[in-house]
Amino acid sequence: MRIGLFVTCLVDTLSPQVGRATVAVLERLGHEVVFPAAQTCCGQMHLNSGYRGEADRLAARWERVFDGFDVVVAPSSSCVGTLRETYGVEKALELSELLVGRLGVEDVGARFEQSVVYHPTCHSLRVTHVGDAPLRLLRNVRGLELRELSRAEECCGFGGTFSVKNADTSVAMCDDKCAAVEASGAAVCTAVDGSCLMQIGGRLARRGSLPRTLHLAEILAAT
Amino acid sequence: MTGFPEAARVELRDAQLRANLRLATDTIRAKRGRAVEELPDWEALRAAGRAIKERTLERLDEHLARFADEAERAGAIVHWAADAAEANAVVAGVAKRHGVAEVVKMKSLTTDEIHLNDALAAEGIHALETDFAELILQLDGDWPSHILVPAIHRNRREIRDLFARTIAPGLASDDPAALAEASRRFLRERFLGARLGVSGANFGVAETGTLCIVESEGNGRMCTTLPGVLVTILGIEKLVPTFADLEVMLQLLPRSSTGERMNPYTSLWTGATEGQELHVVLLDNGRTDVLRDRVGRQALHCIRCSACLNVCPVYSRTGGHAYGSVYPGPIGAILTPQLVGIENAPTLPFASSLCGACAPVCPVKIPIPDLLLHLRARAPKKPAERAALAAAGAAFRRPRLYRLGQRLARRGRRALRPWTTTRDLPPATRSFRDWWRSR
Repeated sequence: MRIGLFVTCLVDTLSPQVGRATVAVLERLGHEVVFPAAQTCCGQMHLNSGYRGEADRLAARWERVFDGFDVVVAPSSSCVGTLRETYGVEKALELSELLVGRLGVEDVGARFEQSVVYHPTCHSLRVTHVGDAPLRLLRNVRGLELRELSRAEECCGFGGTFSVKNADTSVAMCDDKCAAVEASGAAVCTAVDGSCLMQIGGRLARRGSLPRTLHLAEILAAT
Repeated sequence: MTGFPEAARVELRDAQLRANLRLATDTIRAKRGRAVEELPDWEALRAAGRAIKERTLERLDEHLARFADEAERAGAIVHWAADAAEANAVVAGVAKRHGVAEVVKMKSLTTDEIHLNDALAAEGIHALETDFAELILQLDGDWPSHILVPAIHRNRREIRDLFARTIAPGLASDDPAALAEASRRFLRERFLGARLGVSGANFGVAETGTLCIVESEGNGRMCTTLPGVLVTILGIEKLVPTFADLEVMLQLLPRSSTGERMNPYTSLWTGATEGQELHVVLLDNGRTDVLRDRVGRQALHCIRCSACLNVCPVYSRTGGHAYGSVYPGPIGAILTPQLVGIENAPTLPFASSLCGACAPVCPVKIPIPDLLLHLRARAPKKPAERAALAAAGAAFRRPRLYRLGQRLARRGRRALRPWTTTRDLPPATRSFRDWWRSR
């Protein structure tokens, strides 16, 4: 299948390895991945910060950039949520939705020999309703030991510009999430949103904690 | 009003507060979950609740006129109050006419909203709070931090010490039953001597002029029945058109708020009986302005259950005081800015990570995250932020400018405070698009 890749501005700039892993997983499964170079942002940052007009322009621009594609994948449920739930772009899919829901693949042939805890991000739970698709994928990774996360469905405190405007509250929320990750004993915390992982990973590092964060795509790309 | 971020910073230092909140909200959440799960038609009930509220607000003027007519026909005296000052003046006037120096009050957010107690105190009239939690706060000069559990931020040892200092000298036990007994002994005396009661109301029924309160302790029923004179203050959005509508609301409210199938006391009264006097104050105080905004007005659907507070990860960290309003939590973040004017509470719509935990538990299906976004768009912005977002928007529309911005973002990362004050950033590497081009 020919799949458009919307890498998202955050991954493009700050976590490019997540984009590379997304490409690796899909190409390994025999799909053609295309990255339109004109892409930038879906408009979520402006939408969530109260700049609806600019967000509308960016969403319209996104649709022009991805005009020729039937399916567009993004390694982020919050960007997909903005495109699909706010702007009605049905062809936008988050990676695990594409793999499990659309392509019917639960085993991508990955091997990852570490203990992992999965953080279900707010937008994947309550906006894109991804359900247990990421967990199905993780359960099929060879060597991977899945751990339980307490209070898993609670927000990590990122929330886009919330993490800066309300930095103290954001970090108080994140500290509880980090404590839950640490208590799980897992070596790796994973999720389908790079932004939440940047928050959790950034705080774990500052706390001097051992667990590191990896996007689901990075685990699925590992062999 | 102090901005939310600054107020939250102060509250976040209080570890005891956070522990109290965590324990209390976890308990109520679990109870609510069980109470909702056992109803197979819960989603249909929520839809019905929403529909009733929409229908009511669509023709609120007619329902209000009907309510006032029916209440008067049944012997009530109806007052219309445009704002807090007018409502408070009605209560003070009634108190003075009857020559009372103390009124007994049931727990009421509406009277807190208009600062009734302060207004009465200025006229030399004491308003005694008779709800257990409200009494605690009043005795300590504190104020509510939760819609349903006003003293949620206090634990029982703190309450025992307070009672021993004030209404129950020598009280040694912090057992809940002992604390309740101490307040009961103190309050019974005052109830029996009271000549004027003040209440809010959960619902008003337009077709009959009936008022309805739901409560747990029974103090509300004491306030509304023992004194010969009663003043009930009702926000104009609290109406439902028909008596049958109550059937829906009285299922939604207790299950969502206390997690009970039915609350212990539900009182309904219509007009006044011989020898008694009932005043009903219909309060606007900004509600008509909210009604003009077809998206924002959904906040007026709220039936004050507080389910959204109990699931909110922001509220459970900061507590209610950080919101600077009697309406805290997610509902406060969308209601307060509309009632007081968004320029007076510009930070409240941003006091959310948009995690969306609130919307699925709202019994009348208020899409709280959508309303937060709606109000964020209306909120005044600081010039520096406006400029930064405009620059980002311009860059996002021009890929070449965007690439330049990417390089600056990677290089200028140390300047990305307040992120970097508390969190690390991922190590700088070349962008995905540069990698793609080189592959």
